[in-house]
Amino acid sequence: MTDPIRPALLDVDHLKVSFATDRGRVTAINDVSFRIDDGEFVAIVGESGSGKTVSLLSILGLTDRRTTFVEGTAAFRGRPILGLPDRELRRIRGKQIAFIPQDPLTALTPVHTIGWQIVEQIRTHETVSKEAAKKRAIELLDEVGLPNPAAAFGRYPHQLSGGMRQRAVIAMALSCNPALLVADEPTTALDVTVQAQVLDLLKRLRRDHGSAIILITHDMGVVAEVADRVMVMYAGRVIERGTAREIFAAPEHPYTWGLMASIPPVEGPRPHRLPSIPGTPPTPANIPPGCAFAPRCAHRFAPCAGLPPALSASGHDAFCFLDDNARAAGRAALFAAPETAA
Amino acid sequence: MITALIRRLAEMVFVMVGISVMVFLIFFATPGSDPAARIAGRNATQEAVAQVRVDFGFDRPLPVQYVLMMKRLFVDRDLKSFVNRGQNVIPQVLEATPITLSLVFGAAVLWVIGGLAVGVIAAATQGSLIDRTLMVLALIGVSMPVFWFGEVMNLLSQARFHDTWLFSWVPALGYKPLSEDPWGWFKTLVIPWFSLAVLYIGIYGRVLRANLVEAYQEDFIRTARAKGLSPARVMLRHALRTSLIPFITMFGLDFGVLVGGSALLTEVVFGLNGIGRLTYIALQNLDLPMILATVIYASFFVVLANAVVDFIYIFVDPRMREA
Repeated sequence: MTDPIRPALLDVDHLKVSFATDRGRVTAINDVSFRIDDGEFVAIVGESGSGKTVSLLSILGLTDRRTTFVEGTAAFRGRPILGLPDRELRRIRGKQIAFIPQDPLTALTPVHTIGWQIVEQIRTHETVSKEAAKKRAIELLDEVGLPNPAAAFGRYPHQLSGGMRQRAVIAMALSCNPALLVADEPTTALDVTVQAQVLDLLKRLRRDHGSAIILITHDMGVVAEVADRVMVMYAGRVIERGTAREIFAAPEHPYTWGLMASIPPVEGPRPHRLPSIPGTPPTPANIPPGCAFAPRCAHRFAPCAGLPPALSASGHDAFCFLDDNARAAGRAALFAAPETAA
Repeated sequence: MITALIRRLAEMVFVMVGISVMVFLIFFATPGSDPAARIAGRNATQEAVAQVRVDFGFDRPLPVQYVLMMKRLFVDRDLKSFVNRGQNVIPQVLEATPITLSLVFGAAVLWVIGGLAVGVIAAATQGSLIDRTLMVLALIGVSMPVFWFGEVMNLLSQARFHDTWLFSWVPALGYKPLSEDPWGWFKTLVIPWFSLAVLYIGIYGRVLRANLVEAYQEDFIRTARAKGLSPARVMLRHALRTSLIPFITMFGLDFGVLVGGSALLTEVVFGLNGIGRLTYIALQNLDLPMILATVIYASFFVVLANAVVDFIYIFVDPRMREA
């Protein structure tokens, strides 16, 4: 799976992110490690506040350096990028690693046209004429499926619909042909049909451009549709990791079971209420010692007061004390659940 | 665009007519006041008062009085100040206008540049020593009354250090017309400009910094940084452009009001016989014709400045274009 000679596209090792708050340092991300190879489509799943976005923003150096402390290592094509001077990091950001923000309503500068903003990015990283950059911007807008791209070039963000804006943002992210696209919940602010179109677009772009994609989402349905590999995050840690096939066929962590159970069934009678996980996720300031999910977990037992064994280096694994038998039993209950709930 | 312009101009005229009516009513139709006696002067004879009453039409209905007054003021331009007999009101206003305009324009250039610089530098270095120093200086600037600061400047430049290399270039107080002596005009006004601008540099710098800091929380700033843009570009092309609206709004209000006469204290301190001083003297003497003229003049600039601001909005923020 991993080529030993060629370094991974992005290799994150023991990432730890903490914030300075009024009550001292608060750790938001703890011991997150993962690697992504060229052309892979990886989904990071978790509830709001689980640290999905913060972990990637900190890798890209987009967090506030005065209040955020990032430890661990992250290497892009073998080159360490954490702690790189801003000037160096800027050459990677936007050119090699592009970011697709969450909410296209607020992610574009309202006072500049779509075209201006795309041209700005192209001309920041490449020495091309204005005309060439404009031509490329219009091609990109066409490629992401904006009707009448030449007109869209001169439009301001507020003149486009949400779906069109998200396409424009994706076109901008693609403008320098990045090797890695980081998409932060790109479909959350969109309605369902547009969501599907944007996901199709991302899949097509990966095929045509060969970019690897990290998709941050809280929507297991989205994950099932597009991802090769999945990381489930909870309270700042990766709690389960595996290929999408493995995770959907045999989820191992009780939290993942909870996420799966909350996907509405496509067939069969509509459940009266979707099952939910009781309680709320902890904020970074009050993550319990030991397994952070234990207080909400129906399967907790004595060892959960300690920290579960670290995830194995590769393959499908969960950050949990339950043994294989217990995991199998929990899964069986999960897959039986929709019928009982109905 | 053209229709918007015409509509805006029509609104301006409407507002100014409204203001002139209000001023007229306040000074000429307040129960118990006898405008004829006021216009005739303090020691006028009964006959003179009666004559004024007939001349100005104060024995006729209010609307007619108003129209006659406006006709005298703007069409015939022979409305005379009752304090300085024989002096027409309009020429006095026209004489004072360039002085006030010179003062306020120059100060405005300084405070816009200064406010932008203070706001941008403080926001860019947020939390650092530079930021804190600038904010303290701005607060000091806001807290210093212009009459005091102006007098201190006068004391330094006209008296204490006038004979040193530092201030030997400063001419005596007063105004030199731009058309006659541009260099003298500049030299007499530099210190008044600075004294007037200090307050506004402080206010504008602090407000702009607050707006910029807020803008840096926005998603589009994160997008801009994720694009790999330089910090200067993120600041100037993305954060600053979107934070200018409050700055422009304040500028429109302050500029209009200052040109309209609020620069009084600065004018008095530096011996500039501008509109503020003219209005002040007219108010002291209850010089109704002069008050009428200066208030209408002031309203013109306030309304004009606001109209200009509305057009700048459209230029700065495309979202306003459809509204």
